[in-house]
Amino acid sequence: MATLNEEIRAFIVESFLFGDTSRTPGDDDSLIENDVVDSTGILELVAFVEDNLGIPVADAEILPANFDSIAKLAAFVASKRGGLQQDDAA
Amino acid sequence: MCGVIGYFGGEVPTQKARHLLHRMAESVQHRGPDDAGLYIGDGIGLAHRRLSIVGLADGHQPMANGEGSLVVCFNGEIFNYVELRSTLESRGHRFRTTSDTEVILHLYADRGDECVGQLNGDFAFALWDGLRRRLLIARDRMGVRPLFYTRRENTLFFASEVKALLGVPGLSAEMDPFALDQVFTFWAPVPPRTIFKDISELPAGHILTVDDGGMAVRPYWDLAFPDAADREAGRSEADVADEVLALLDDATAIRMRADVPVGAYLSGGLDSSITCALAKPYAKSGLRTFSVTFGSQEHDESAFQHEMVRALGTEHSAIFCGPDEIAEAFPSVVLHTEKPVVRTAPAPLYLLSRHVRDEAMKVVLTGEGADEVFAGYDIFKEARVRHFCARQPGSQRRWQLFRRLYPYLPGLQQQSPDALAAYFGAHADDPADPLFSHRPRFRSTGAAKIFFSAALREELAGYDAAEELLSRLPADFSRWHPLHQAQYLETKFLLPDYILSSQGDRMAMAHGVEGRFPFLDHRLVELAARIPPVMKLKGFVEKSILRKATAGLLPPSINKRVKQPYRAPDSASFFTGTEPDYVGRLLNRTAIEKTGLFNSLATEKLLSKCRRQANGFRDNTAFVGILSTQLWHEAFTKRSAWQPGHHEPSRTIQYGDA
Repeated sequence: MATLNEEIRAFIVESFLFGDTSRTPGDDDSLIENDVVDSTGILELVAFVEDNLGIPVADAEILPANFDSIAKLAAFVASKRGGLQQDDAA
Repeated sequence: MCGVIGYFGGEVPTQKARHLLHRMAESVQHRGPDDAGLYIGDGIGLAHRRLSIVGLADGHQPMANGEGSLVVCFNGEIFNYVELRSTLESRGHRFRTTSDTEVILHLYADRGDECVGQLNGDFAFALWDGLRRRLLIARDRMGVRPLFYTRRENTLFFASEVKALLGVPGLSAEMDPFALDQVFTFWAPVPPRTIFKDISELPAGHILTVDDGGMAVRPYWDLAFPDAADREAGRSEADVADEVLALLDDATAIRMRADVPVGAYLSGGLDSSITCALAKPYAKSGLRTFSVTFGSQEHDESAFQHEMVRALGTEHSAIFCGPDEIAEAFPSVVLHTEKPVVRTAPAPLYLLSRHVRDEAMKVVLTGEGADEVFAGYDIFKEARVRHFCARQPGSQRRWQLFRRLYPYLPGLQQQSPDALAAYFGAHADDPADPLFSHRPRFRSTGAAKIFFSAALREELAGYDAAEELLSRLPADFSRWHPLHQAQYLETKFLLPDYILSSQGDRMAMAHGVEGRFPFLDHRLVELAARIPPVMKLKGFVEKSILRKATAGLLPPSINKRVKQPYRAPDSASFFTGTEPDYVGRLLNRTAIEKTGLFNSLATEKLLSKCRRQANGFRDNTAFVGILSTQLWHEAFTKRSAWQPGHHEPSRTIQYGDA
């Protein structure tokens, strides 16, 4: 789990903070309220989840509940992975 | 339309004045390729570059009155000069020329500094009163024409563009970091501040007076709105619409006055379609129209342009503006804006004015100003929706209006109501904040400040550009309707400081083309300010009263068109075709560290991200802002970079006692 959080965090620092580690968000910090991502930034996050983590994201899933913090995004990814594995098994 | 240059004070020895004025005037000769002139007196010097439009044969400047006691050096147009002249003649004034310039001399003789209140026009002029040994410098109400000044010891130097002031001995270009912060907040520095340390801009609607006793700057006009509580009773919408149309027609008619043909820009939007439709009957030998087309569908409006051309029967020509064209023009654009910009939108206008000049035209009408005056911009709707949402912070349904507000932003359409609520409600702005309407824009632009270097941040520590803006608001601002507050902010700041400057005067005058703006006739601006907010922004219909007023002039598809913001491709312009050399040269780590304004590591990452594909406002704002700042730095702080072309003055006449 920790590695997924770190992978997401590394992407955020690189893509949204351009390497400025002094603003690195904690797991539960709101990305929206702290101006790390805006309405277009969140779509970059969606692209990251799809391209780098291999998880398709439906429009209905682009929610603050899934994307507004590292922990929320990690939980979303984990649940999708779980779902995918179940699908594979079925 | 022209360039004005001059000084007042004892620092310039008379024998050196001629050379100095020549050199300064040469740097703005693009503003006035047709003629040049000088006036040199004791402690006073004026220089002029002329673009001849009215009084072709007898409008040479600087122009003196019959006695030689008053001399004026004037950039712009006085559109009501015909009426002013006949009033002045009836009061005994005798005119020697047919120019509008002479009207200023007589009007000043008649009324002193109050003359500015009588002028309907776009102007920046310097008027020397030799008997009082006093200089009056004035700038038009809306800020169409520019005027910059600086003081060295006890001498005031002034010019239409900063590049002329950089010819003043001992003055070198240095960046004002607070002005850069303003660019990365408001898109432009707020006058009197400029991006150049120690160089000021005379704010729109202000006069500057200077004599041996000292200098003073004061406003003579301000945009004012009625108290929200005052409801002008009884006027029907139809009456108001009639009055708007009549005044707009007159504002257009007097802007067709010229001794050369007047053409018009035609974007295909509501505003320029209106100016073209109104101008057509006044263009005796037919109306020529000009437009820009883009390759990308989200920017291009050519279908609407063709529709208007067919409807009006104008002689039309268009230029195509693709990414390569923007990238190629951009360094020249920054030489002319003379300040960093956070959008590439000036570039197509630079290319368009070049095309107009190549077609041998000097004057064009534009639809600029209608969105400020009649509430056309999305920011006005957005503020209304945010007010509406703020009344019920728990409601998610209300935030869905943002999707309707920005149908052209594909990213938003995909997102859920609670995602919209999260973005737009993330900062619970106080509806009572005077800057409420503009806070999201200031934040989204300001997000690019994450690229500021540690040294720049340290210099800016404790500075808040918005606080500086708050200190400029009029005393009764808080009593106005929220729409009027937002209109004031847009009309008093972004309009003169960016739209009319970086996209307006500078881009047109780069090629000796004069823009004229019927919607910015101050009579119309004052009338529109008194129109109730609900007639301007009616539900989600922007410029409602203007549409009603002009319904008979336009095809319904144009009259009912929803506002499409004028935009050009931003960072994509530099990477779609061949990447221009200057991008890598100015944005590499060494170059960034040399300038010292931005974080070199972060900028490098931004550059590589943009090379792949930039996303969103912040990356685009940051990229264009950093690139233009680096271009500015290279152009202006290395003195050799600004090299004027080689137009020779057609004649030079010297007045005065030098």
